[in-house]
Amino acid sequence: MRSTTSSPGSLRLIIVAAALCTFCSVSSKGDENTLSFNSDVRTILSDKCFQCHGPDQEALEADLRLDSFAGATAMREGFDRPAIVPGDANASALLERITTHDKGDLMPPPKIKKPLTAAEIDILRRWIEQGAKYESHWAFLPIEKPEPPTVSNPDKAKNPIDNFIVAAQEAKGVSPSAEADPYTLLRRLHLDLTGLLPPAELIEKFSAAFKKNPDGAVSIVADQLLNSPHHGERWARHWLDQARYADSNGYTIDGERTMWPYRDWVIRAVGDDMPFDQFTIEQLAGDLLPNPTKAQLVATGFHRNTLINQEGGTDAEQFRDEEVIDRTHTTGAVWLGLTVGCAQCHTHKFDPITHQEFYELFAFFNSTEDVNNTGPTVEISEGELFLFDSNPELNGELAAAQKKFAALDGSAAKAKRQTDWEAVRLTDLVDTSSADWSALDAQKFSAEGGASMKKLDDGSLFAGIGAKNETYEILYRPADNAADEGGNTPTPIAALRLRVLPDDGLPKRGPGLAGNGNFVLTHFEIWQGDRQLIVKRVQADHSQPGHEVGRLIDDDEQTGWAINVGEGTPSGVKMNAEHEVHFVLDEPINISADETLRIVLRHNSAANSNYNIGRFAVDCSPTPPAEIKDNTLLAALRTTADIRDDAQKKLLTTAFASADTERQKAVSELAAIKRKLGYGPSAQAMVMRELKTSRQTFLHKRGSFLDFDKELGPLNPGVPAALPALDPADKAKPATRLDLAKWMVRDDNPLTARVTVNRVWMRYFGHGLVETENDFGTQGSNPTHPKLLDWLSRRFIEDGWSMRKLHKLIVTSATYRQSSHARPDLKEIDPLNQLLARQNRIRFDAEIVRDAALSASGLLAPKIGGRSVRPPQPDGIYAFTQRKPTWTEDTGPDRYRRAMYTQFYRSAPYPLLTTFDAPDFQSVCTRRPRSNTPLQSLTLANSEALFELAQGLGKRLLELEGDDSARIDAGFAWCYGRRPNESERVTVLTFFQDQLQHFQKNADTAKKLADSPTGAAWVTVGRALMNTDEFITRE
Amino acid sequence: MNQTERRKLQDAEQDFVLSQTRRHFFQSSGVGLGGIALAGMLGTPEVRAAARSRLGHYAPKAKNVIYLFMAGGPSQFEMFSDKPKLRELDGQVAPDSFFPKDKSFAFIGKGAKLLGSRREFDHFGDCGMELSGLLPHLGGVADDVCWLKGMTTDVFNHGPAKLFINTGFQVPGRPSMGSWVTYGLGSESSDLPGFVVLQSGPRGPRAGNALWASGFLPTRYQGVPFRSGGDAILHLNNPEGIDAHSQSNFFSLVGDLNRQRLETTGDPEINTRIKAYEMAYRMQTSAPELMDIKAEGEKTLGSYGAEVGANSFANNCLLARRMVERGVRFVQLYHTDWDDHGNEGTNLGPPLEQRCKEIDQPAAALITDLKQRGLLDETLVIWGGEFGRTPMGEERKSLIGRDHHIDAFTMFMAGGGVKPGMIYGESDELGFSVTKEKVHVHDLQATILHLLGFDHEKLTHRFQGRDFRLTDVHGHVVHDILA
Repeated sequence: MRSTTSSPGSLRLIIVAAALCTFCSVSSKGDENTLSFNSDVRTILSDKCFQCHGPDQEALEADLRLDSFAGATAMREGFDRPAIVPGDANASALLERITTHDKGDLMPPPKIKKPLTAAEIDILRRWIEQGAKYESHWAFLPIEKPEPPTVSNPDKAKNPIDNFIVAAQEAKGVSPSAEADPYTLLRRLHLDLTGLLPPAELIEKFSAAFKKNPDGAVSIVADQLLNSPHHGERWARHWLDQARYADSNGYTIDGERTMWPYRDWVIRAVGDDMPFDQFTIEQLAGDLLPNPTKAQLVATGFHRNTLINQEGGTDAEQFRDEEVIDRTHTTGAVWLGLTVGCAQCHTHKFDPITHQEFYELFAFFNSTEDVNNTGPTVEISEGELFLFDSNPELNGELAAAQKKFAALDGSAAKAKRQTDWEAVRLTDLVDTSSADWSALDAQKFSAEGGASMKKLDDGSLFAGIGAKNETYEILYRPADNAADEGGNTPTPIAALRLRVLPDDGLPKRGPGLAGNGNFVLTHFEIWQGDRQLIVKRVQADHSQPGHEVGRLIDDDEQTGWAINVGEGTPSGVKMNAEHEVHFVLDEPINISADETLRIVLRHNSAANSNYNIGRFAVDCSPTPPAEIKDNTLLAALRTTADIRDDAQKKLLTTAFASADTERQKAVSELAAIKRKLGYGPSAQAMVMRELKTSRQTFLHKRGSFLDFDKELGPLNPGVPAALPALDPADKAKPATRLDLAKWMVRDDNPLTARVTVNRVWMRYFGHGLVETENDFGTQGSNPTHPKLLDWLSRRFIEDGWSMRKLHKLIVTSATYRQSSHARPDLKEIDPLNQLLARQNRIRFDAEIVRDAALSASGLLAPKIGGRSVRPPQPDGIYAFTQRKPTWTEDTGPDRYRRAMYTQFYRSAPYPLLTTFDAPDFQSVCTRRPRSNTPLQSLTLANSEALFELAQGLGKRLLELEGDDSARIDAGFAWCYGRRPNESERVTVLTFFQDQLQHFQKNADTAKKLADSPTGAAWVTVGRALMNTDEFITRE
Repeated sequence: MNQTERRKLQDAEQDFVLSQTRRHFFQSSGVGLGGIALAGMLGTPEVRAAARSRLGHYAPKAKNVIYLFMAGGPSQFEMFSDKPKLRELDGQVAPDSFFPKDKSFAFIGKGAKLLGSRREFDHFGDCGMELSGLLPHLGGVADDVCWLKGMTTDVFNHGPAKLFINTGFQVPGRPSMGSWVTYGLGSESSDLPGFVVLQSGPRGPRAGNALWASGFLPTRYQGVPFRSGGDAILHLNNPEGIDAHSQSNFFSLVGDLNRQRLETTGDPEINTRIKAYEMAYRMQTSAPELMDIKAEGEKTLGSYGAEVGANSFANNCLLARRMVERGVRFVQLYHTDWDDHGNEGTNLGPPLEQRCKEIDQPAAALITDLKQRGLLDETLVIWGGEFGRTPMGEERKSLIGRDHHIDAFTMFMAGGGVKPGMIYGESDELGFSVTKEKVHVHDLQATILHLLGFDHEKLTHRFQGRDFRLTDVHGHVVHDILA
């Protein structure tokens, strides 16, 4: 009896056998009548027969395999003849069974409802007659390097891509379309390479250059765009689809997660043209590289994008298992273009991936530390991933400072310093010296997020409502200096005082801007030149419980000083009153007349983002202030260490933390270096880390994490036998993720390059050379241009896996540069445009819809990378979710960032994105569908987020010099990158005049749109221009 | 061709372009969209229209679905299932056989005590359905309803269990039932979406969006949430300052510019865009009209317990009927907060009473109203949660409730081709397991699709190399309950 279990070895043998006995070659139809297994026969067998006569041993019927020559022609026990007798259809049992009239014998069995058609039966008959030659599946064969074919009209070919495309067209008697006009081309190149609209000033310039030298003009613009940081954003977004990137955990709770550092990493890597092999290795196994850099660790966030279930009562192991399954599935889909997920529950019915092989792939990912909602992170600052290598010297300093800090931050070192401090502090408490406060004079002041600030008569500063989490920066000069005629006597300063002041113009009279008059001040920095001054003691007249004043100078970004009253606040203390906080400097300073102190007030609390201070003043004193009496602290200090209660311990730890000048110095040093480097606040990025001891992996019976196949025993990590063998670095040990990653991008891997090149092609033409870009297995479609696919793949590898070179090659080809206008003559011959005798019109991806509107409005904030942002969103998005996240609209530049930075909640994504077919990133997305619905129309026409951009465009039009016609021309240039034709100009002009009249009659309505009826009429023009099909289509 | 047919044809053509493989849906059936897409490529418009008119696999009983989803897991012991034996053993530790090795509950474990129901039950209708005093109105329609008392599911956490019953799979990412149905049958309405979601109760259902998402089907088939207050649909209202005159001229300008571009480029997609804008403009009128329940009159409002301007389950039931009348294919109502782990008293307390009060009258009124209007035959009403609750009590400090239970719970259906006045399924005397006429969630899904004219094994979509379907690789039509 034959064994019914399959081993990888036997599978490989079959494939090899198939290859040997069939003189296999990637299908090329020889003479018209010779059938090819790959292009004519495989689909039929795969669709109709493999389910029971394919690779799945569990489902195998009658011990017959039709997926290999050996299987199909074998004499089986109990049967009088083989299923297939090569060259003799009539002697083949298969033919008899598919043509019999006996319903009980007929194959496929009528109950599975997959009858063969007469044409299919004829093909099988002829194929058997011709010798039943099998071929290996094309995608598993090595990538060849075909010669570009010659074409009869070489003018049509600008590079080898065109030779392949035009040759196929010529074979069908089809000629390519003319090159698109320069306006269309420029817009196409911008949208495809950066996702933004071309700047107006470039349009006519390019057109002129193009007329002189089309190839040169295209090449120059392509290079410029490929080097633009926005190119990194555009193509990072495509990759993030595959990474299933989102800013939340998914499932029911769907809490926020910090994933943006990974997004930054992708943007940077794509922008730098990191070779795709390295790009692959760092994401799949950056943590396993020798001495990985922080960036390489952040790269492993790729596989931390899996869902996390935070619901109570969940079994963490179940969801860890789901994550590993998702990682396996995603890896297969992204790099191999294979549907390995099918083998989760049973051996793949169609492709040679066994149930066991799925869990051998799974084993690579089964030993990381993260378990559902816990996992390793690394600290990363905003901007760091773009800047960490910008200044080697400063980065050296940073590394040294970090090392020093780590030493200081050790618990033993800390405890020692605290003991010393306690002794000094006890003496200090009797210090009665008092301060002599005098006002500091604000010379210059500004708010980073754009809040208006003014200086009041008493010298204090008043801030209006600005961005959330505002930062104020003030340059102060001691007021006394003005009186010092010589100006040479430096003013000594030992302490500073911040007074927060009530004001009638503030909510509940302030002093804060929050609804109740509160604020949360998270940082108060004092800078003399480039030196941040160290504060050794801080005290306030009153602190809100939980927001003690010490939190002002700790190094936690989020915590700070606030003034609400609460449990423990002495009676009589009010929130909406003047309060003060004192900062005693570590060493008194002297400040000369021409010098200023720079003071920075930060409000970084994410939970209280609009809690900014409304009015304040700063004073200085040459002597330190007396202690604001704190009996609890004194009591704690006087209690000997071993009998202190927990509250006292905590009090002292907190008090010491804010007085730990040594540590603060180190923190401040770090901050100063980071500031010089341009770093922003830090966050914890989710990364992968391998367990020291691997988990055992078992085959899950029917895919269940509770039902391990213990009889089969633990599995070692491995790759499917149908693909080239793994070559682990250390053969004595089980293979690692790093081995897998390197195997993915080995140049004999037949899939990775083909799959990758095909997806890039798909972005440029709307469909890939292989239509089923996510299925390169036997159930997928065959390439329309197999040799072109191989040529491009080989070239991609030879170009060092450079994406930029691949992009350049494609966008400079004549094929890419064709007009996208319909070709009625091709409707019958090539309805799906597989011959590419024209370009395709492609509606923008969801994000680009908004990005284009931002470009046209002139409001785009071009900053690259960083935390996610919150543009306007209609109310009620969370009416249907269990948890209701707060959505505080950004008011500063962050309101106008590219849509790829919009905070993404999986349970209730930003509506514009889903309406325009962005997936919800529950799982890998290799290709988005494109729908065309009324909800899209409503969004474009009416949503606040887009309408305010239409208003921006209207304002831009209004402010343009020239007559109405010139404005319409400009609108067309900004939105469509072209000039209107006469009919379009008249249509729009007529509309404008009607609207103008309408608004002149209805001035109150007009006021809601713009300052004047004319302005309002231009807003309506801008809105219409942003609502056409052309606006959201790459032509 | 009338307008509806034309639109359906466009849909079919568009689907083909969107389809990710050459063999799309309804494969091999010879009818349905696969065949249509091919006909669309090759045939004349007449051939294409003819192909389009043959939808589904059987003659459907139901045209529309109203699915009343009771999020959280209503307690069958307090509502539908009187168990005298359980009352008798109240307070005793549950037998070890309730905790086999491969079984766990969300919160309780060995040692949990049995909790007999404190509710009074009565028999209703000719079918003699047992209902507690919490559901007086439903008692009145007992003979219109098919009661499923032998429901089982596979998953015991809320999010995954909700996904399971809605999409056939416990991890997000697959199309929901409403998406499958509108994908298969298209929409009858030219100015409203085919699949609408309504919500009432204190919060949204767990798993959110994924419950009505279209998964790998085109997003056109995803459920569109309507809100009972404010704008029913996002972005339905003009921006401030755009009045009727401006809006109407805006739509005609956009149409004009699109038509000119269509002429230049010849891309039929622009035509679809033009149509989408026309429908958007119509929706701005039709949606507010739909949501305005004042027109129903006092009597109808009173029968549902609906109030103009309220955001309630009663209002949503009435809206669901109005939607079905206007051609919306699938309406799903979520009513949340049935997750009674621990309340005051031992009868699951005031929250349960309040929930029952909120749904009892409207659900009964909906069935009666549909019946009176002759709509019940073609409208399938489904009521139920993602699972039931345990016969064991759960103690949370001083509060008593029940944990999630997946092995026996109750749902009901009415109209749309199911047998009225039928009680199907039984559980053992403690209500732990189903003893007769078990209906697994996949069976329920298969049956619902069957009633709508589909063979659940054939309503498939190829995605990443596999033909996916609502029932995964399981499910049997429950023929016993078909009328």
